Order: sequence, then C-alpha cells, then structure tokens
Amino acid sequence: MELICPAGTPAAFREAVDAGADAVYCGFRDETNARNFPGLNFSRDELRDAIVYARKKGCMTFVALNTFMRAGNEEIWYSAAADAVRLGADALILADFGLMAHVREHYPEQRLHVSVQASASNPEAINFLVEAFDAKRVVLPRTLTIGDIARIGRKVKCEIEVFVFGGLCVMAEGRCSLSSYATGKSPNMNGVCSPASHVRYRQDGSDMVSELGTYTINRFSQGEAAGYPTLCKGRFDIGDARGYAFEDPVSLDVMGEIEALKDAGVSALKIEGRQRGKAYVAEVVSTLRQVLATAPSGRGPLLARLRALSEGQKTTVGAYEKRWR
Amino acid sequence: MTELTLGPVYYLWDGPKWRDFYYRIADEAPVDRIILGETVCSKRQHFIEPYLAEVVERLERAGKSVAFSSLALVTLERESRIVKELIETSDHAIEVNDLSAIGLINGRRHLVGPLINVYNGPTARLMAQRGADRICLPPELPFSSIARIAEDTSDVALEVMVFGRMPLAISARCAHARSKGRIKDNCQFVCGEEPDGLPIKTLDRQSFLVLNGVQTMSHTCQLLLGELTDLQEAGVNAFRLSPQDCDMARIAAIFREMLSGSLGPEEAATLIGHCYPSAKFSNGFHHAREGAAWISRAKNTAHAS
Amino acid sequence: MQITSILALPLKAVPLMPLVPIELVAGRLFKLLLLAHGDMFERLGTYKSCRFSFAPTDLPLVFLIEPGGPHLTVLRKGDTFTADAGVEAPLVTLLALLEGRCDADALFFSRDLKVIGDMEAMLAMRNALDDCDIDLPRDLARIGGPAAPVVHRLAVEIRSRSLREIR
Repeated sequence: MELICPAGTPAAFREAVDAGADAVYCGFRDETNARNFPGLNFSRDELRDAIVYARKKGCMTFVALNTFMRAGNEEIWYSAAADAVRLGADALILADFGLMAHVREHYPEQRLHVSVQASASNPEAINFLVEAFDAKRVVLPRTLTIGDIARIGRKVKCEIEVFVFGGLCVMAEGRCSLSSYATGKSPNMNGVCSPASHVRYRQDGSDMVSELGTYTINRFSQGEAAGYPTLCKGRFDIGDARGYAFEDPVSLDVMGEIEALKDAGVSALKIEGRQRGKAYVAEVVSTLRQVLATAPSGRGPLLARLRALSEGQKTTVGAYEKRWR
Repeated sequence: MTELTLGPVYYLWDGPKWRDFYYRIADEAPVDRIILGETVCSKRQHFIEPYLAEVVERLERAGKSVAFSSLALVTLERESRIVKELIETSDHAIEVNDLSAIGLINGRRHLVGPLINVYNGPTARLMAQRGADRICLPPELPFSSIARIAEDTSDVALEVMVFGRMPLAISARCAHARSKGRIKDNCQFVCGEEPDGLPIKTLDRQSFLVLNGVQTMSHTCQLLLGELTDLQEAGVNAFRLSPQDCDMARIAAIFREMLSGSLGPEEAATLIGHCYPSAKFSNGFHHAREGAAWISRAKNTAHAS
Repeated sequence: MQITSILALPLKAVPLMPLVPIELVAGRLFKLLLLAHGDMFERLGTYKSCRFSFAPTDLPLVFLIEPGGPHLTVLRKGDTFTADAGVEAPLVTLLALLEGRCDADALFFSRDLKVIGDMEAMLAMRNALDDCDIDLPRDLARIGGPAAPVVHRLAVEIRSRSLREIR
C-alpha cells in the first residue's frame, strides 16, 4: 500500500519525501484547495521544484484542487489545473464535477483522483465518477466502517485511498456548511474550516476560551489538552447536558487496522495535515513508514509515540469502527 | 410565473402527524410542487411508508406536482438498495441528494436537491446534460453565485430555498442519539422527540444549531423576502419552503401573496414571525456573509446602490 | 523544562541587565538570520506589516518583531506595548519553533504554547518560519566579537535540548 503524505510548504514537502512518502499531496497558494491558510502552500515555481525533487527520489506528487469553483471565476481553477498538469503533477485531486469534466476534456491523459470532498461514499457514486470522468482513484469519506470499505472495494472499478492518520472530519466531507454559517467562510467555497481570521483565544481566569466569530466553541481549564477551534469538536449545551455534541478534540488513527484495510482492497493510506509543521510531517511519515515495515504485533509502541502530536492528545478510529456512529 | 416548492420534511414526525401535515398542504397551501420522503436517515423510512400512497393521491388530486426525495447520505448496502429501488420503480420524478442517485438516474429526467454540490455554471450544465431539469441550489450560495449560475445555465430551472432551517451538515454519527446516551444502531428513534430539532447552545447559552438525527441544521430560519425580486430577475423561477413544525400552509400563502405583489416584504416578515414565533431569522448566506446573520433590507438596498 | 547551567548563567543575569546590550545582541542575531534567510517573511504576505510579540515564559523579556521594517525591539515584561499577534512559551520552545524542530499545533494541544491576537497573522508567521530551514548554529556562526562563543554554545545547547525534550 502506498503512503500518501501532506505538505503545506516546500520544506515540509522535502521532509515527507525524505521520510519515505510514496506520494506527497499539496496545493497552490490560493482558494483552489481546501487548506487555503495564510502563509501555507505552493507558488507555481515552488511546485515545479518540489515535483523535480520528488521525482529524483522516486516519489509522486499529487496536486489538490479540491474546492468548488466559484461561479463566474472558474478560470482560477482552470488555470491551476493547467499549471499542475504542465508542471508534471502525477495526479490531480478534484471535488467539483465541473472541474472534473474540464480536466477530462482538456487533459485526457492526466490522472484524476476523486477528493474526499466529493463525498463519494458508496459503490454507485464511485462508479459514476469512474464512468463520467475516468477517475483512477477515490479518496473515501471518513464516514465508512472497514466493512463498508471492503464492500466498496469489491464493487468499484478504481483504486481506493483512505485516511489513516491525522485530523478527523466528523461530518461527511464536502457537505458541511457549519463553518460558513458561523464565519461566512467554508471549506467548499473558500478552502477553510473555522478560519483563523475568525478565531480568538480569550483568557477567563485560569480557563482558556476559544471563540469562532461570535460563538464560544470551547473552554479549557488550565493544563487540559486542547484542540482546534472547529465547530464539530466544540463543547456545547444540549438540553440540560453539557459536552461534546459531535466529537471530542481528537485525531484519527487507524494504523492499527492496516491489515484489515489491505484485505478490504485499499491501495493507498493517506495522512492528513497539510496545515501542520514540517516537524510533524517528518515524525508522522517516518513513524508510519516504520509501522508498515513492522509486524502487526510490534506496531503499538511506534504508534503510541504519535499520540502526543494529536488534537486533545487523543486518537480515535472514528467511523471505521461501527460503534462510533 | 414563479413557482413555490415545498421541500421534504427533514425531521422525524410520527406517521399520522406527517400525513395530516400533507393533507392540510393539499387542501390549503398554494404550492406548486412537493418533494416527499425521508431524506436524512434510512432508519426512519417505515414511519411514513403506510401513509405515502394516500398522501400522494391527496396531493395530486389537489393539483400538486409530486416528486420523491432520495437519501442524502448513502453508506450501507441497505441504503444503496433503497436508492436503487426508488429510482428503478418510481413512477414519480426523483429529486437526487447524493452521488449514487446522480449516477443511477443518468439520462432520465430528474430534479437535483440542495444537498448536491452545485456551486457553478459548468456543474449545473453537467447536471442538465445528464437529465436534470431543475436544480435547487445549496443554501450556502451567495446571490452573486446564484445569478452567475442562472446566467450560465439556460436549459435548467433553478430553485432557491427561501424559508426554513438550513441543512448545514450530515454525519455517519448520530449526534442526536448520542446526546441521549444512545448510538445510531440502537437509537430508538429519539430524534422523533424533537419535531423541530434539538437545540444546541454555546457554553455562553447562545442559540447556535439544532440536531435532527444525523443532520445538523441552523438554529436560525432562512428567510428571503426582500431578496425575491433580485432572484426572479436573475432567472430563478422557483422558491423552496422547507417544512418546520409550524403552519406551513399559512407561510406558503404569505409567500404567494408576496409574489403576487399584494404584500410587502416587511409585512410578510411580520406575518411569518407570527406563524413561527420561536424562530430567529437569517439571510446571511445570500449576502455572502455568515449564514446566521440577518442583513436588514435598508442595508441591503444601500449595499446594492 | 529546566535550563542547564551553561545557559542559566547568562539568562539568570537577564533581570539585572540593562536592556540596551540585550537589544543589541538580539538585534545582531536577528540581522544575521535575515542575512541567511532573505525571504524569511515572504510567506507573510499582507501580514508583513503586523507586529508580533514573542514572550519567553522563563525570561522577563518580550521580543517585538516587525517584519515590515524589519525591526526588533526588546521590552521588559510589564512594559506597555501593542502587537497584532503574540506567542508565549519557554525560550527553548520558541527557538525550537524558529528552527521548525517541533510542531506548533501539538504544543498548542498540550498547552505548552499560548497564542493571542490575530490568529491569521500568527498562522502566517508560523508557516513562514516553518518553511525557512533556519539552523541557529549555522546561521549565527558569523556573529563576531566577544558574544560569539556564548551565542554559539547557546545555539548548540538549545538544539540538543529541543531535540531531546520537545516531542
């Protein structure tokens, strides 16, 4: 199985390649990808250099163009696709059907992957994308159990990539407007979720309060492990109860299940985290590379090391296990 | 002539309540089209099944056009089967709400629901080529995008949601069941206890969202009134009302009166407020702001000039 | 985190020292970094005009950086100042972050780092520094004069400690 690794900067890209990534995915420094954060991502020149660097070391480069084109401004996405193709991207990761159709028509030879943001969660949906756009690979939503994945694996005519480590979307990806409801900026339209521009940390006595726009998202007592100020991992009042309505601050870790994923027909394992620093990328990629080369019984201690890097310093297998639902 | 569509009931209402709601709609609501059927959670389907045939019959007798809604999130084999059967056996139009339905219905005339990501003209045209003759656009879209899609897409009717809590997210996990100490597989249909959604407040007691089973909806109720003229001029020819647990027949009548010009937007807003007194209204998405915001009409006019 | 004896002496002396020589040395180091990484603040984009505060929790000092200048000011804690965004953490952590040797998000999750102010500006700064390949012993080796051996030893010491302890 391939290990697909994130890079938000050229430095992180080199770390990922050096640490043993089979492919690195990244995006341009604009709204065409779902990690459109300040100071992050690649200029055209940086992508060109990165692809050359990766190629020399036998590593592939996937370019994420996984936001939805803003009506009337499609040219921004079309030119990003044109440049990624020209610079030699090994695959484009797309979510918008209009963009998929455009890429298929203009670059028939270009390998096309379906982004998790497209929310293709069943065999019929995936086969539609294979037939309509000749998609070669689909990144599955983090809403499926391993059993669901195995069933899909038997029925689809393309490769399957799944998230195994890093941030966990609680909601079906690409189908969530919680962020724009609170801030006006969404993953689908702006490439940001709970954007930094609307985040505020406030000290209230010994508590740290996180706010998004005009909403309180969480309150952490002194020393309590914290998470990102994302809505779906906030603490709320529901009726008379107070707690995490959707999910705790926690990250995904399914590396304990890679044998089952392999049996389910998964061909690539994806690490989330283009917004993380190069130290994170180096540590996670090299550790997971080691995990893949180690017998299942010896993997536990390796994985335990990564927990400290996770949101809330905790990990979950999420929807991959049925009871999570 | 601008049409009014009544979207599917997103909440779990018990069978008789659901049936009586549509009887009243058939008898009294001046809507042209009604989208029927469970959209949010496949586990709920049996609640309405016994009443479906009589509801369809009553609505059609009243001259309404009826279409069936497909499921929004399809992950289980059983759910795949439900969508497939719906598309293969239905003699009514289908409104598709997930990719599997889009794939399966190819070539047949259909409707595209607001839970499909149509953000631009090229995508809308692609849907039209595959057989869509009507698209209800996602609630998140600002007016600028709606107008541009309408400009780019002449061969498909466009619809915009103008009333109701906005469907913001859907998950494999049921937060509603979870809030009552259950999980999805053992939920006992506790979401039925809140026919208008279970409110979520922030730690500072600010109303924020409501839970509806696996779906998360806005606390605020989308309300577009002063914006309707701009939408009509841009080429939007149908407006969608999304059912809340209030007098929807009356709300439809108010919209109809507004569209015929006998009621101004301010009066309409006041009357709708009376029908749905617990609601806080918003129109922020339309104005490219946070969805929860209410942009007053005066400000809107100033903005436009 | 304890600071070892080699570092403790100069750092413990800080409260007693006048600000001028501290600012002089810090300014010198800042210039050397800029010399080695001319494009250090390129990723900041519009946030280049912001003012950032770096407050080591184990020192009575605040370092104010204005990338637009570029300009560095050293203040005592308690002095009034304005900044668009700021970060607080032990000095070793701040320097390890500067070198991109630890992950800021992880330090935030474990509450070893505090951020205030404009988060977009702070994120831009973090990403700008992270892409820089700063190597303190190498980049600061060119500092001359009597401060040279101390600065070099400091840099190496920070490096070995940050690698061992900040995970």
